[in-house]
Amino acid sequence: MANNYLTSESKKLATWYFTFAAILFGAQLLFGLVAAIQFVVPGFLFEILDFSVARMVHINALVVWMVFAMMGSVYWLLPDETGIETVGIGLGKLLYWVFVAAITVVVLVYLFVQVGPADITTIWFINEGREYLEAPRWADIGIVIVVLGFIYNLYATGMKGNRSGIITVLMADMLAFAGIYLAGMGYTDNISMDQFWWWWVIHMWVEATWEVFVGSIAAYGLITMIGAHRKTVEMWLWIEVAMLFGSGILGIGHHYFWIGTPEYWWEIGALFSALEPLPLVAMFIHVLYDWGKMQGEQDAQGKEVSVISNKPAFTWFVLNAFGNFVGAGIWGFFHTFPQVNLYTHGTQFTSAHGHLAFFGAYATILIGMFYLAVQGKNGIKVMYTTKKSIWATCMIFGGVLGMTAALTMAGYVQVLVSRAQMGATWAGYFDGQAGVWFAQGMDWRLIMGVITFVGFIVLMIDLLSIGKAAHHER
Amino acid sequence: MAKKSVWSDNRFWQRSAAWVTGFAAMLMIWLTFDTIPQIVLGSDADFKNGVTKRVPGPTVINYKITYEMNAKRMHEIPVIGGANAEGTSSFQEKELFFGRDDWSEDEARELLALGKLGSQAKNCMNCHTLLGNGAYYAPDLTKAWLDPAWGPEGSMQAMTGKDTKEEAMAEFLMHPSQYPTHARMMPNLGITAAEAKGLVAFLKHMSSIDTNGFPRNFGKIKGAVHGK
Repeated sequence: MANNYLTSESKKLATWYFTFAAILFGAQLLFGLVAAIQFVVPGFLFEILDFSVARMVHINALVVWMVFAMMGSVYWLLPDETGIETVGIGLGKLLYWVFVAAITVVVLVYLFVQVGPADITTIWFINEGREYLEAPRWADIGIVIVVLGFIYNLYATGMKGNRSGIITVLMADMLAFAGIYLAGMGYTDNISMDQFWWWWVIHMWVEATWEVFVGSIAAYGLITMIGAHRKTVEMWLWIEVAMLFGSGILGIGHHYFWIGTPEYWWEIGALFSALEPLPLVAMFIHVLYDWGKMQGEQDAQGKEVSVISNKPAFTWFVLNAFGNFVGAGIWGFFHTFPQVNLYTHGTQFTSAHGHLAFFGAYATILIGMFYLAVQGKNGIKVMYTTKKSIWATCMIFGGVLGMTAALTMAGYVQVLVSRAQMGATWAGYFDGQAGVWFAQGMDWRLIMGVITFVGFIVLMIDLLSIGKAAHHER
Repeated sequence: MAKKSVWSDNRFWQRSAAWVTGFAAMLMIWLTFDTIPQIVLGSDADFKNGVTKRVPGPTVINYKITYEMNAKRMHEIPVIGGANAEGTSSFQEKELFFGRDDWSEDEARELLALGKLGSQAKNCMNCHTLLGNGAYYAPDLTKAWLDPAWGPEGSMQAMTGKDTKEEAMAEFLMHPSQYPTHARMMPNLGITAAEAKGLVAFLKHMSSIDTNGFPRNFGKIKGAVHGK
């Protein structure tokens, strides 16, 4: 593109990753809308694009766009942190195209082949039918190769250049993130064993390694956007790592309450997962505290201007601190004790938590990274918001909060009617679904989903146009 | 002048993070080694020896399965082949499954494998929940085998016109959209007769897994809503 101010190849590659991530983000929302419509109008696309397919694309696009944006974020910050150009950038570019091609094929097969016969070839070539990890095995192997290449680049660059605290944390975290994926690649006839290892991947990703990744990115954002002191930020980062891994690793117990695993996971899961919100509170306080501190230092010098060098990105970083704490922390804590989880497990309550947590903890900060890339690409010193960025932020954040509220209501109906009152049978399930609050919850979820999607379109327009706006400091 | 405190030293926190993470990871690995042997698939010999496994062997399809409140554990547990004096499985009472109650270990294992593969190949988990995990568009399948709706007086069995639970379930799985049970229907997934048999075996096996009392009160409550 014209007027590219980026001189670093690593940052250019990061913008590729961000671009494909944004496309998949759109796909995630679009297929989420299809699934939301099907709750309200059950015949919609029946036996053409069934709920199972729409939902599979919805959650897979979610995971993959986040992985793309995470890799992009690392390529973006590597030159800043290490002080050198990323090692193995050619490999990075090659793997980018391999990854894009693989994901495209996987999604096309999901959409047009959908299901296969009950044999191992389906697992290899169509889909594995395991929530979040549906990608067929050939793609699993491809993903492992791509991630190994990415890890090589990160390690080679980190060891050659200046290895900051942030880079050290990322090196350890990304290795764990990649290694854990291997736990989800096997096949077993035993559904309990299957889900035991499946949670190793899902939980150790979203409640441990991804959270530490977010801590690192937030640390980088605070240094670059408000000039926070590296010493303070990195000390906090290490404390967060201790708290996140200290609670998050054994917090996996809350997934082992009911899948056939021993009863002692009740106590372990309850204790450690109850601690999981603590680092998220700490991260929230940390972001606001540093912001106030840096602004205060500047005010003391008599300068009446904001310390923030990228308003839209920083807005998303603050929303991340808040959304992570509320979505992952509070909404997770609600149903993390086995006494409660016995009734909430497998209801829309989980779905409410899932929506606000994935959005609050991950989507927000990655959107913030998109804005940082736009700033860098356009050579802007201080980037301000536009009307579009404010509208997009309000619509997306409001939309997801609205969906969460609606799904929580629907979840309560399921918990009370389907579970507590009716004992969870087939008839009990549909009695719950027929509840008027449930139905209204699904209507509101769809409305809020549409608002989120419109917000996403405004966001995309803003990302493509904000760099050209005249009111930034260049 | 006061000395710099260790509490504001980054190296101290870095080491703390490493120790805490290492300790949590080691504990996790140790617990994994403790859990895995407890959830491996049991065998036919277990039934003959009266050994209760958390995940019973595939030949559990030869036995009658119920879900009963256990006084000692204070929640429901699967009871295989009738209860003994302690209220746990006695492995005595058999039950015909597709006309037989003598499925060999190999045959049952093959059926279970077909069913488990089928559950993945047909993407069951992106509408249903299995052991409570999955999507929330359709009923939970954890104890579907024990659902009164599929029993002799159940509406689902009656609808398919079949004489047994397993045949009714298999018929429904093969032609789900012929039996519109609700405005939200199950789509036709091209499930063959053999696959359907495997899937029903998989469901029966899953209902025998000790899920620590999840779901609570399954199939026990009749007619709580609107006097139905």
